[in-house]
Amino acid sequence: MDFGPYILLASLEGAVTAAVLALTAVGLSLVFGVMRVVNIAHGEFFMLGAVIAWWVAQSMGGHPAVGFAAALVIAPLAVAAIAVAADMTILKRLDYDPERTIVATIGLLYIIQQVTLMTYGPDARPVEAPFDTRLAIPWIERGEGGWQLYWPWGLGTTSYKLAVIGAAVAVLIGVWLLMSRTRIGLVMRATQMDRDMALAFAIPVEKVYALVFGLGAGLAALGAVLIVPIQQAHYLMGADPLLLSFIVVIIGGLGSLPGTVLAAVFIGLSDGIISVFFSPTLAKILATLLVGMVLVFRPQGLFGSRTA
Amino acid sequence: MTENSSTKTTTSRRGAIRTLAGAAAGAATMPLWARYTHAQSAEPIRIGFQVHRTGIGAAYGRWYDRTTQAAVELINEGGGINGRPVEIVAEDDGTDPKRGAEVVEKFANQHGCDIGFGTLFSHVVIGSAPRAGELKLPYFVVSEGHHVASGMLNRYTLQPGITDVKSQVQAMAPYVTRNLGKKVTMVFPDFAFGHDHRDFFTEAVKREGGEVLAHIAIPPAETSFTKYFPKIPRETEVLYHVMVGPAVLTFVKELGEFFGPQRPEMFGFIDSLEAVAMDSPGLEYLDGTYFWEGMPRHVQADQSDHDKFYREAVGVDNRGASVSDPTDISTYAHMFGCWETLHVVKEAMETAGYAGPGDRAALVEAVEAMTDMPHSRSHPQGAKVFNGKTHQVFGHQYISRVEDGRLVKVHTTSIEDTFYPDEVDYTKRAL
Repeated sequence: MDFGPYILLASLEGAVTAAVLALTAVGLSLVFGVMRVVNIAHGEFFMLGAVIAWWVAQSMGGHPAVGFAAALVIAPLAVAAIAVAADMTILKRLDYDPERTIVATIGLLYIIQQVTLMTYGPDARPVEAPFDTRLAIPWIERGEGGWQLYWPWGLGTTSYKLAVIGAAVAVLIGVWLLMSRTRIGLVMRATQMDRDMALAFAIPVEKVYALVFGLGAGLAALGAVLIVPIQQAHYLMGADPLLLSFIVVIIGGLGSLPGTVLAAVFIGLSDGIISVFFSPTLAKILATLLVGMVLVFRPQGLFGSRTA
Repeated sequence: MTENSSTKTTTSRRGAIRTLAGAAAGAATMPLWARYTHAQSAEPIRIGFQVHRTGIGAAYGRWYDRTTQAAVELINEGGGINGRPVEIVAEDDGTDPKRGAEVVEKFANQHGCDIGFGTLFSHVVIGSAPRAGELKLPYFVVSEGHHVASGMLNRYTLQPGITDVKSQVQAMAPYVTRNLGKKVTMVFPDFAFGHDHRDFFTEAVKREGGEVLAHIAIPPAETSFTKYFPKIPRETEVLYHVMVGPAVLTFVKELGEFFGPQRPEMFGFIDSLEAVAMDSPGLEYLDGTYFWEGMPRHVQADQSDHDKFYREAVGVDNRGASVSDPTDISTYAHMFGCWETLHVVKEAMETAGYAGPGDRAALVEAVEAMTDMPHSRSHPQGAKVFNGKTHQVFGHQYISRVEDGRLVKVHTTSIEDTFYPDEVDYTKRAL
């Protein structure tokens, strides 16, 4: 494949990864920013989203779009409800102690994963995309007769992949509006800045925590519902998003939403491009190396502030 | 001297009394004893079944399990092995080599199994077989990997129920280069099984005057594939693909999306679509492409009675799905290996007069002595020839073409096509 079309294809693939990664990582970052909880079970909330999406799509029947639309609503809400319950029954009892919540969420990871294995089983199951047309992408090249438009071999994407990118952008804008323009966002930001002062101003911090934990898990689940027609729902699918989310959140700065989104785009695209031109292993090596460099030279992340 | 002998007599007299007392105690527990002595013939033969119940091999594991259960039921209905019933002791290895070695150890030391059996994924076989060799536990793998016949493993590891990749690809390469094209690009999973494909198919294509333009290795746990495909050279005439793991459907779908309307000829190992319905959305483009099948998934016009019998016993319908759930597609091209291996074990145990773990060496020798295995209920996939020196069986291979979502058999290789010179003589190694 020629260089130009090749890099365009790599970028498109990277953009899909980046879109889903951004949603997942923003959820993780939000939970850490507001609650100071490092949620190791975040990848399992992602997986639950995909599994529930399969289950909903499966039981709806009819046109694939109906099942998918229902999954898009039900799966994130169901996962958020599970997360809220986990917050109220586990994290709250630990007083949100940073060390103990890490251990607790590790436990949660195994419980969710194994319960899924016991109920849903070890198979990978597909959810049908609501629409999925292959779109060939044209490219221009200077031929004998001047500039010519042509359709390079293999250069294409699907309408669904583009929709995933669009949906992720829309959701991220929604999250940003929620955080910056609404009263609930104000309350969350107040809790993030100073928990004690927020309490003194009669902000129900515990309710805010439950809400944030649910929102974070819901975002991960939403990312998974979007990706499940491209990949498939599988009980072990949570490991990669967890690792990548941590990479993104550390590079972007824990608790910084714009930093997280930018880092997700950067990691997603570089993963796509490096995988295509060199090897996927090298892409992971470079990403983890970058994390190491950031931790050494700028521990607060590229966009974090030291006081946050 | 006399004194001495008298002391001896006293001792032996005392001993006799002790023995009597012991016998009396023994008599008290007579029913148990009696059961035990009788048990030399009625105690079940315990087969340790190493099954990929979880992890990336789970779909295969489910069907290997069903096939194994069906075969054992049949064997037991027919009077078991040497008049003893067969009992399956299943242990999940999570498709993980380290866990696999532990499972083998449990079979030998904890469950008291007579043999180990059933491992599929090549990295798990390679991780587990050395332990089976150390424990001198006959280990019957159903893996397709070339690791048995290559001499990499040991005298206790045998593969009598399924052919290996080297023989499969060399038998089919001529068909590919003569009918589909001579410029081939290979896409395969990046672990032992995939490397067998890479090495032996490339060799075989060269012998046929063809050329492999590019090797594209993909990690078996990968979930998105489009990023690998631009490495397929434009001048590729035949794309050779084989993939395993939970994401195979994604792999084949994305391959179709990548090529769009301009696909080259395609020859795949059905592994890329095992446990996946041929009519899944996004797979329409596969019409007119070719697949290797260990055993045709869809019922063919010339279906043998043995295939019919086997299909029914395992509970598989005409399209290779479970009779109880048409969305549950089997791993039909591989799982016959479990059925056939268990029948080989039965035959060998009967030849060796196998009575218990003390006869394990004799069992290995009895398998090694086997040669022809005719097409029969015990061997529904087809006739086979076993090579005792390399511990590997050889058999027919099938090539199918997809026509309207059906896999239609278009070519059957001879058994001789699959032969290659021995690379090892396990019979010369210590038992």
